[in-house]
Amino acid sequence: MLRSGACARSACSRSLHEERTKDLEFFFQYLVAGITYGTIYAIVAIGFNIIYNATGIINFAQGEFVMLGGMTAVTLHRFMPLPAAILGAVVLTTIVGAIIEIAFIRWLRRPSVLRMIVITIALSILIRETALHIWGESVRSLPYFTGSSMTSFQWGGVYVSPQILWVIGIGVFVVAALGAFFNLTMLGRQMRACSANRDAARLCGINAGNMVTLSFMISAAIGALGGCIICPITYVQYDSGTPLAIKGFTVAILGGLGNSTAAVGAGMILGILESFSIWVLPAAYKEVIAISILLLILFVRPSGIFGSAEAARLKDF
Amino acid sequence: MVRRYSAVFAFALFLVAIQLATLFAGAGYYLTQLTMTAYYSLLTIGLCMLIGYAGQISLGHAGFFAIGGYVSAFLTTCDLTPHKGSALVSLLSKSGVLVFRPGLYGGTLLTVHPWPACVVAILLTVVIAYLVGGPVLKLRGHYLAMATLGFGIIILRIVLGTESLGAADGISDVPGFPLFPGLAISGDSSLRVSNYYMAWGLVILGMVFLLNLVHSRVGRALAAVHGAEDAASAVGIPTARYKLHTFVLSAVFASLAGVLLTHYNGGIGPSEASVMKSVRYVAIVAAGGMANLWGALMMSLVLNYLSLRGYFGTFDDAVFGIILLLIMLFAPDGLLRRHILADLGRMFSRNAAGEEGS
Amino acid sequence: MLRIKNLESGYGRLKVLKKVTMHIGAGEIVTIIGANGAGKTSLLRTVSGLIRVRSGEILFDMRDVGNLPPEKIVFRGCSLVPEGRQLFGPMTVRENILLGAYPRFRKKDGDGVRDDIERIYAIFPRLRERERQLAGTLSGGEQQMLAIARALMARPKLIMMDEPSMGLAPLVIKDIFSIITRLREEGNTVLLVEQNAKAALAIADRGYVLETGRIIMEGTAEDLLSNRDVQRAYLGRDLDAEEKM
Repeated sequence: MLRSGACARSACSRSLHEERTKDLEFFFQYLVAGITYGTIYAIVAIGFNIIYNATGIINFAQGEFVMLGGMTAVTLHRFMPLPAAILGAVVLTTIVGAIIEIAFIRWLRRPSVLRMIVITIALSILIRETALHIWGESVRSLPYFTGSSMTSFQWGGVYVSPQILWVIGIGVFVVAALGAFFNLTMLGRQMRACSANRDAARLCGINAGNMVTLSFMISAAIGALGGCIICPITYVQYDSGTPLAIKGFTVAILGGLGNSTAAVGAGMILGILESFSIWVLPAAYKEVIAISILLLILFVRPSGIFGSAEAARLKDF
Repeated sequence: MVRRYSAVFAFALFLVAIQLATLFAGAGYYLTQLTMTAYYSLLTIGLCMLIGYAGQISLGHAGFFAIGGYVSAFLTTCDLTPHKGSALVSLLSKSGVLVFRPGLYGGTLLTVHPWPACVVAILLTVVIAYLVGGPVLKLRGHYLAMATLGFGIIILRIVLGTESLGAADGISDVPGFPLFPGLAISGDSSLRVSNYYMAWGLVILGMVFLLNLVHSRVGRALAAVHGAEDAASAVGIPTARYKLHTFVLSAVFASLAGVLLTHYNGGIGPSEASVMKSVRYVAIVAAGGMANLWGALMMSLVLNYLSLRGYFGTFDDAVFGIILLLIMLFAPDGLLRRHILADLGRMFSRNAAGEEGS
Repeated sequence: MLRIKNLESGYGRLKVLKKVTMHIGAGEIVTIIGANGAGKTSLLRTVSGLIRVRSGEILFDMRDVGNLPPEKIVFRGCSLVPEGRQLFGPMTVRENILLGAYPRFRKKDGDGVRDDIERIYAIFPRLRERERQLAGTLSGGEQQMLAIARALMARPKLIMMDEPSMGLAPLVIKDIFSIITRLREEGNTVLLVEQNAKAALAIADRGYVLETGRIIMEGTAEDLLSNRDVQRAYLGRDLDAEEKM
């Protein structure tokens, strides 16, 4: 999945007596790749967590937000400069998130967990099929934010593409911004109050329904942003969403459902494990790694590495 | 009891009527898709048992279909001629397990006979279903759904990524499944009518079996498990065991469908293991009314047939997604329930004030 | 201030409140006593908007609030301190208090909120000490105080309290009830639902007795206290039997 330019492999042409350094460099290349993908998985997982915290729902369509962000940005980029295209993509996907919540979720009265699962799966299918009919099966990508697929700079002997710095940098920014939002702003506190105790929040005058819509919008926005920043490195296609949803869900569970701080660490773990799995398994089985980890966690410790037994008990809608 | 079997009898008559209709219309080729529909329906009614009666969702049942299909396809196409000399191979071929048959490009292949291949496929399915089902069925809600989805994707990735399983192209040149002299499950157009009746005959057998199961002590126990699992277990029903057995049973139905359809089609591809197929099966069960075997069968007949005829065009997957969405939004107990109109009315007359506690 | 006429509500098919009629005037403490399951909590939840009204009307400040969602009822000036405190456990004491003042923020009264926080801390000094602690880690009595403080922050015209004494030690109950009395002295109106009839009638002006969803008795607090049936059913004293002895 990594395009060859992302991590320039000029290290291949080293001579024999530098083989040990070559191995070390490969190690760091894989590490960097793992961190990069881990950041995206963490962003998807945080999106899961935000909606889960607000509603108790697992939104299976989370991966589609990422796909939509990338695809929309590619289309917009044909008419406007890159920063505007990204902003537009984020805004449009946020609107899609709001529409989904308002049209399909808001008016449901105490639905069962099974019903919600199937509804969000069906929604993800519909979004995917719509994307297929809009954009076809072709694979798209955005240009690199700075430089091109060929540029890279050296960092301790490892060739790192500036796009990777963008990914990590924006990932850090998203996590910090969300932290500030939820802890320092009144609106963020309202959302946390709704998660903690929905009825009590309503008794404080907070419109719980709007908080749910807001949670969908925020999740859609960060998903779309994630899609845009990873797009130059990987291709985006109408069906890129589902594998991301699975991996994002794995990360969310790994860190403890609802725990966004842990999701960052868990994302790194999955990204790095997946990246190094190449040493033992052929690349075609990469997704199997993520799913195996998911199944392992679900069977052994559903509360995740950092979660408590309480978190494992699913919340009510 | 007479009532139950009268429905089966009526359905059998209906099937005969269809076949005769195609005969008179000179449109015997419709029978091909109808036969394929029958095998998909076999999977569907098994899944209905699991979702509707045992209350366990499975988003990975296409995986079991694929296990059945791919194992039998692989065994009946993998040429063992290079190993002709080994003792094991010559023993198996003398006992009839291995047979010689003409290959696609001329020459002869030494492959496993479809019957033992089928047995191996089903056994493997049973083993996997027990191994996977044990831990998976301990999960609830989201986790159960995700785990079954994950299982399905693992199967998909394995068949997609493995060269000897044909990778993206799948396995073709799968021979027919011989039953009696002159009767075989195969796509041969001369055997079209007999295949039609064999396929649907199997479905009817399956229906009778499941209907008996539902009305037996086991079936009532399952209903109790579905309705209120903790209460059921407090009464002494071994809920975990029953759920597991139902899971394995539905897996066997799916796997058998996979085996036979592969022999009928003469091949199988990775799309049979896709997530979309699993979702499709769940959609059909939901549309039929979750705990409604006849509903699932009818819906499978209609929807699978239309899909196979290509009526949905490029919107094939989208259609099933929409069906699933609409049903889950408006009629989560399935379409073929009587109270649906009353439920709709109640839903829209609720105002935005407080909620009714429950 | 609050006038309820023939109110009926319930859960699903179950009717819990049957033709309840009562009223509360400004500056009073009115208490509703009754056994478990009588419908006291359902009454408060219906008035505060969490349960839908089936029939009858609720007039708050002469305006019909029967069909409003709880968010809007709070804005009208009617706050509920719910049964079991219902705090925002993972959030700090200060955040809980701030959230209680949310309606004031919406009315752009941010400065007034800051002053009020000081006043609240004056009434509940223990809360100031624990300002940065998570609400879920407080003791029972402190949690009850926080719940009351949170409701007060909205400067409600009517404060409804659902079983504030539940699960608290007697000394703490004394504290809480003296705070409720103080609230009346400062001009607030309180609707107090209590199982602890003795303590409730001791501080109330008037009272109602609710039994299986119906109001079976009403009167001033003294009247109810001296009423023999009330004594027998809710205060644990049988005056007839005592007099015979």
